[in-house]
Amino acid sequence: MGEHVDGNSLAGPLSELFAVDLTMASARCLGCGDVSELARAMVYPDPTGYVVRCSQCDDVLMVVVQEPDSVCIELRGMAWLKVPR
Amino acid sequence: MAVISRGFTGRGRDHTPDLPPGQYLTADFPVLSAGPTPDIDTADWQFSIRTDDATLHTWNWDEIHALPIEDIDTDIHCVTRWSKFGTSWRGVSLDTLFADIETTDGFVMAHSYGGYTTNIPLDDLLGGKAWIAFEFDGEPLDPEHGGPARLLVPHLYFWKSAKWIRSLEMMPADQPGFWEQNGYNMYGDPWLEQRYW
Amino acid sequence: MSTLSERETRDAAPHRIGLWHAGVVVSTKTESPTGRSIVLDVPGWGGNIAGQHADLRLTAADGYQAVRSYSIASVSNGDRVELAVDRLPTGEVSPYLVDELRPGDQLELRGPLGGWFVWTPSLPGAVQLIGGGSGIVPLMAMIRSHTASGSDAPFRLLYSVRSPDDAFFRSELDTPTPGLDVTWLYTRVAPEGWGRPPGRITVDDLAGSAFAASLSPAVFVCGPTGFVESVATALVALGHDPHKVKTERFGGA
Ligand SMILES: Cc1cc2nc3c(=O)[nH]c(=O)nc-3n(C[C@H](O)[C@H](O)[C@H](O)COP(=O)(O)OP(=O)(O)OC[C@H]3O[C@@H](n4cnc5c(N)ncnc54)[C@H](O)[C@@H]3O)c2cc1C
Ligand SMILES: [Zn+2]
Repeated sequence: MGEHVDGNSLAGPLSELFAVDLTMASARCLGCGDVSELARAMVYPDPTGYVVRCSQCDDVLMVVVQEPDSVCIELRGMAWLKVPR
Repeated sequence: MAVISRGFTGRGRDHTPDLPPGQYLTADFPVLSAGPTPDIDTADWQFSIRTDDATLHTWNWDEIHALPIEDIDTDIHCVTRWSKFGTSWRGVSLDTLFADIETTDGFVMAHSYGGYTTNIPLDDLLGGKAWIAFEFDGEPLDPEHGGPARLLVPHLYFWKSAKWIRSLEMMPADQPGFWEQNGYNMYGDPWLEQRYW
Repeated sequence: MSTLSERETRDAAPHRIGLWHAGVVVSTKTESPTGRSIVLDVPGWGGNIAGQHADLRLTAADGYQAVRSYSIASVSNGDRVELAVDRLPTGEVSPYLVDELRPGDQLELRGPLGGWFVWTPSLPGAVQLIGGGSGIVPLMAMIRSHTASGSDAPFRLLYSVRSPDDAFFRSELDTPTPGLDVTWLYTRVAPEGWGRPPGRITVDDLAGSAFAASLSPAVFVCGPTGFVESVATALVALGHDPHKVKTERFGGA
């Protein structure tokens, strides 16, 4: 069935939090070292948040949980995130 | 000023008695996944319980099927607000699997094929409250819903019922699992709406 | 050179943060037995480039809200936005958009979103578009942008649909357009006398009808997740540089 979508779809939810389009930023995966735009990552959405995984090794790059009064963003699988300006 | 979309009601959200607060009833079985569906051959499948002294108690597919198998009829409640009444499962009770296990630890980390984890107090797994389930609705549990086998702990929110279960690891103290590290409640009682920290 | 064009794309991609804009339905048009296009007037939208999407928010009378993403079929500098939606029978939002929504109704939009799955006339080189079902939507915006700008970048489209009736934007795609080559693929029912038996897109379809990897085209693939994954795998098998292949997965079929 494969419900996952591309990191590109994070542009909306992340626009609530960041002034730049973070989907154009590149991240380095701690698991395999791949460097790709966030737009290329795989996103497993659900109504309370989403899990963002490396398109090369499936390791978790980032987890976002939308709570009623806040948004919790964990960047567990990224060595760095390079944001174009 | 809110913009109301005429005629939009959303998925049936009528409150049904007997449902925990904030839940709506669904007839489907929505699939929610935190990652790709692992492809697990029952020939390679293993389930184990690891205790504090690092002893590993392991069952393969045939061994777990040789244990007493129970029919389970239960309601399930997902943190994403859907509930489903009267689901039917078959599986082995964790009372059976823990029968020969000695432990002083009070907490368990469930580990799945694919890397998912979730934490549960041991007391919530014993006393006829939890199973390793491998059939749903009379059919082998399909991979999207956690097959070949998943943990079934229906009195807690469904994220605790880890899909693709692989092992239970005993822990002296409660540690957060995958979602619990990111804001989900450590316990997850649907009747108390324990969704977040 | 490639950095420069990427930079231009980025600068050309409007990005207005976090805001929800109220939109009003101007018109709707049946595109297929399961889908329709919807034109909205969204004051303050300010235009979008080809390939971007919007998040749609619907609010019920009791305050309940649902949010979904939809690609934009139109390209403009103004406040008009055209979407096209396929009905997922068990879905929460798409049946409402396809069956219920009518002119004058209101909903909210956020966007335009995404600076990555986009094409602008300043990009040089051949472009291969591959769409499945409603996955035509952002590709249609690219075709319209290509036509409107008079770009001489060669364009090819492979459009996979269940049957001839299921195609979105049929008459527009059937109108011959200079610089655009369209290949139809039918998965269930093909027109009478159609050379290719109905079936899912294969490596041979791509080898036969898409720009060859040796031309290093920019490739945009869009549609249900399963469709996008099989096409992307086949493209890499045919030697396409994975960095030149951009995908937009719509989720479960
Ligand atoms: C970038 C992008 C562009 C898209 N463009 C188009 C398009 O042009 N045309 C088109 O027909 N479809 C498009 N889709 C698919 C569209 O977003 C919907 O998934 C589809 O219309 C089905 O929605 P539904 O509500 O009917 O189905 P549902 O089954 O109710 O929901 C579909 C998906 O939405 C997610 N979801 C469910 N509940 C929630 C919630 N409360 N909050 C957030 N997400 C939730 C889930 O992942 C679910 O799989 C696009 C998807 C993406 C990601
Ligand atoms: Zn990786």
